Amino acid sequence: MTSMKKHVLSVFILLACVAGFTLSASAEDKLKVGFVYISPVGDAGWTYQHDLGRLELEKNLGDKIVTKYIESVPEGPEAERVIRDLAKSGHDLIFTTSFGYMNPTLKVAKMFPKKYFEHSTGYKTTKNVGTYMCRFYEGRYLTGIVAGKMTKSNTLGYVAAFPIPEVIRGINAFTLGAKSVNPDIQVKVIWVNSWFDPGKEREASEALITQGADVITHHTDSTAPTLTAEEKGVYSIAYHSDMSKYGPKAHLTAATHVYGDFYTKTTQAVLDNTWKSDAVWSGIKEGSIELAPMNPVVPADVVALVEKTTKAIADGSFHPFQGPVKDQSGKVVVEAGKSLTDKDLLGMSYYVEGVLGKIPK
Amino acid sequence: MDFDIFIHILIAAIAAGTPFVYAALGELITEKSGVLNLGVEGMMLVGAISGFIAMAKTGSILVAVLCGMTAGALMAGIFAVLTLTLMANQVASGLALTIFGVGMSAFLGLKYTSIALPGVPEIHIPILSNIPVVGQLFFSHDMLIYCSGALFVAISWFLYKSKSGLILRGIGEAPKSAHALGYNVIKIRYMAVLFGGAMAGLGGTYLSIAYTPMWVEGMVAGRGWVSLALVVFATWRPARVMLGAYLFGAITIAQFHIQGFGIDIPAQLLSMLPYVATIVVLVFISRDQNTIRLNSPASLGITYHPNVQ
Amino acid sequence: MLLKIEPRSEPSKTMKYMSPLIAAILMLISGLIIFTLLGKNPVEAFHAFFIEPVNDLYGIGELFIKASPLMLIGTGLAIGFRASIWNIGAEGQLAVGALFGGYIAIIFNDSNSFFILPLMILAGAAGGIVWASIPAFLKTVFNANEILVSLMLNYVAILLLALLVHGPLRDPDGYGFPQSVLFADSAILPILIEGTRFHAGVLVACAGVVIGWIFLLKSFTGFQIQVAGLAQKAASYAGFQYKKLIWIGLLSGGVTAGIAGVLEIAGPIGQLLPSVSPGYGYAAIIVAFVGRLHPGGIFLSSLLMALLYLGGESGQMNLDLPAAVTGIFQGLLLFYLLAADFLINYRIRITTPQQEAI
Repeated sequence: MTSMKKHVLSVFILLACVAGFTLSASAEDKLKVGFVYISPVGDAGWTYQHDLGRLELEKNLGDKIVTKYIESVPEGPEAERVIRDLAKSGHDLIFTTSFGYMNPTLKVAKMFPKKYFEHSTGYKTTKNVGTYMCRFYEGRYLTGIVAGKMTKSNTLGYVAAFPIPEVIRGINAFTLGAKSVNPDIQVKVIWVNSWFDPGKEREASEALITQGADVITHHTDSTAPTLTAEEKGVYSIAYHSDMSKYGPKAHLTAATHVYGDFYTKTTQAVLDNTWKSDAVWSGIKEGSIELAPMNPVVPADVVALVEKTTKAIADGSFHPFQGPVKDQSGKVVVEAGKSLTDKDLLGMSYYVEGVLGKIPK
Repeated sequence: MDFDIFIHILIAAIAAGTPFVYAALGELITEKSGVLNLGVEGMMLVGAISGFIAMAKTGSILVAVLCGMTAGALMAGIFAVLTLTLMANQVASGLALTIFGVGMSAFLGLKYTSIALPGVPEIHIPILSNIPVVGQLFFSHDMLIYCSGALFVAISWFLYKSKSGLILRGIGEAPKSAHALGYNVIKIRYMAVLFGGAMAGLGGTYLSIAYTPMWVEGMVAGRGWVSLALVVFATWRPARVMLGAYLFGAITIAQFHIQGFGIDIPAQLLSMLPYVATIVVLVFISRDQNTIRLNSPASLGITYHPNVQ
Repeated sequence: MLLKIEPRSEPSKTMKYMSPLIAAILMLISGLIIFTLLGKNPVEAFHAFFIEPVNDLYGIGELFIKASPLMLIGTGLAIGFRASIWNIGAEGQLAVGALFGGYIAIIFNDSNSFFILPLMILAGAAGGIVWASIPAFLKTVFNANEILVSLMLNYVAILLLALLVHGPLRDPDGYGFPQSVLFADSAILPILIEGTRFHAGVLVACAGVVIGWIFLLKSFTGFQIQVAGLAQKAASYAGFQYKKLIWIGLLSGGVTAGIAGVLEIAGPIGQLLPSVSPGYGYAAIIVAFVGRLHPGGIFLSSLLMALLYLGGESGQMNLDLPAAVTGIFQGLLLFYLLAADFLINYRIRITTPQQEAI
């Protein structure tokens, strides 16, 4: 009896070992991919778009990889610890998705030269740190066309977070897009000094609407501008994500950024051992920038114009910052026949003609 | 700036000020009883998500409001047990309550970030709302804004015209004497703290179902702290709480309008304005020792228990 | 049956040590419930929360760099709190300290003098003092409530830092992004343990705790503060200048917060950012109370608080626990600690109504 029991037990242990081994082996085989997010995933916004990309990556390569995300990681010392912990716990590829993670990412990458890091929206690359960013301005230009066509008051409202080049670029592209179809347009900008504060975003949107804006767009993270536009009976153009369910009547379209392809390609490159550090700046051509489905109120000719421009941007025959572009003082900043270089775009710190107000200094 | 925009700033200020009105009037009652609860931000957040969940589940504004108030009161209940029964320090307990509330609301709301609510309809009071300017300002709001007005009237009456209000103020002034006169200081303070929590919860609910009908983590965004400041700003008087709440709202809205007109002042400086204004007013009213002494509850923040001391 | 609260004739020594233990046990029980409800194995969860973050040298280093601003500010605040001066503005004083210290680092960016770091710390202390002296001045001259003034100044300070980092202090080669240049090595606190981020600033913070200890428990001013905290009237009879105590109470928090700000930017951050603190100024208030306003206790409670932060990250990483759980956990532990302290000064007696009648 006892020997029988022992026997059964040893078989069990053996089985458990085998099971354990195979389990751990399969987990070892899989590439671990880590993501660091600045905010909770939520239902719309910057982090949500990155998480959609992560989910698509899982869908595409799910049998070869596992992913893990850490949300609400503040920029600064916390970020460095989280990135390091991800690297230490066996994540070979780590995507850090906020500008403030730039230096922490670089520091950790130095400690783990065999691992790969991809930092979003930064400008420093090293041997094992690449950067990636979307040409958000391309989407902005297209939505500008829609706004320019749909406005009756010729006043557009822009709720903005912080005066950094990325945001200023968006404001300018939007304005140029709108002016391309409606030269009389003016764009009013309100800075709320927060990426995310629904109350303030609402208040700023309301102020813009009162001052005559009848199309509201935003470079902040919440759905409040769209909600406010719906409530006040004006149009809205969302950013980051399709927010149409928050404003079925108001929501004309949204300039969204899509990461599924990039995440899949980059991860595949790591799997194939072909990954190289690069500064990827991808746009419509690469499928990184998309517009959300148009509201039916947008007339067919406007939709056609947007589609035509989209194609032109994709095949390179048109650039949103194609000369002549004038700044606020009327000075030509981009001469006819030329368009801005990526370097100029990256450091953009002036408003184009048509934007009201001055950039906070 | 033309007249229409001026009126708009006032109307928007009333809506923007309403969460402050609720939370600050609630805190006013709490503080009048001699208890300082710094956990308003946490209570508002838990109130916001609870009201939001109730609204999403039932679609009833009334149920949402009740749930938000109950949740706020429950949060305040934790604070009351800590500070009134267990005599823990009020400042520390209030801050701990906020930390707890931030986490708790985020946790409760995990599944509710993707829901859009219809919002609370405006009710234009017949005839009155047709009066030019005044109608727009006072008779064309949603139900919760009218309720905040009613709350103000009720609290003013309670504090200065009712006997219970007198007792409450007495307890805030001199809990020992109130106890000697036979009043149950702890019980009354419990009620005041719970009321404060319920109102903070209601203020949060207003944000999540009416002002910006959605739920996102941390959406109260510091309004709880401002409400605390408003109580002092108002020298513990309900009418000045209302004035302060709307003034704060108006300054916030006005700075956005200033930007919209393209006036060249750094946005950060404009954002500082409401806080600096609060300090300036605080200094102005505190200068006269008597004003503060007449209005500030003498035992504010000091632990008291009848079985002790 | 009735529960009756009775004051102890003197604080219970046993309970002084037992109360944190009771809090820990209550915390374990609530943790058990929470994790079971979330469908996680509680043992694994506790391991992830409390062991995993500190199971190597790096983790212990992280614990100390997270705890050092908390212990330093906590000690400074405790001095004020003991005199019933409520400085809630450490978050803003930290930001201004970082601003002053960071300014030194930026203007001397191409110097490798040994004196840069001490100068930064002095500047940070000055920044904290400047910011804390506003509520002190307004309180002593205009009688303005220091809780509110210091609280409002937090917002102003954070916006001021943001304004300057978005503008004049921005890295000119940084494509307009709001951050300063990376500090030169001479402006970075040296790492003391290879392979970790344990930097010299941790020692500065610990030294601050010791100095606070000596000041509070051994100096005459420290004694005055204690007396004033217990009874303001008695203090004024004894001829203590209450105004002087207000200044000391607020500036002690300001100095420590300002220095903590410099330790952050010269330590793990290495540059000036629009936001330099994830709420250390507020957390330090709780640390001060959980440490019972005693520098020794504050040292321990800062480590506990730091562990809770690290545990939250580790819980996300290892168990997919939502980040929100950390806040709930922190809040609960603080509730228990605050509640359990009750047992030090009071006892609960169970009496029956009959006994009461006799």
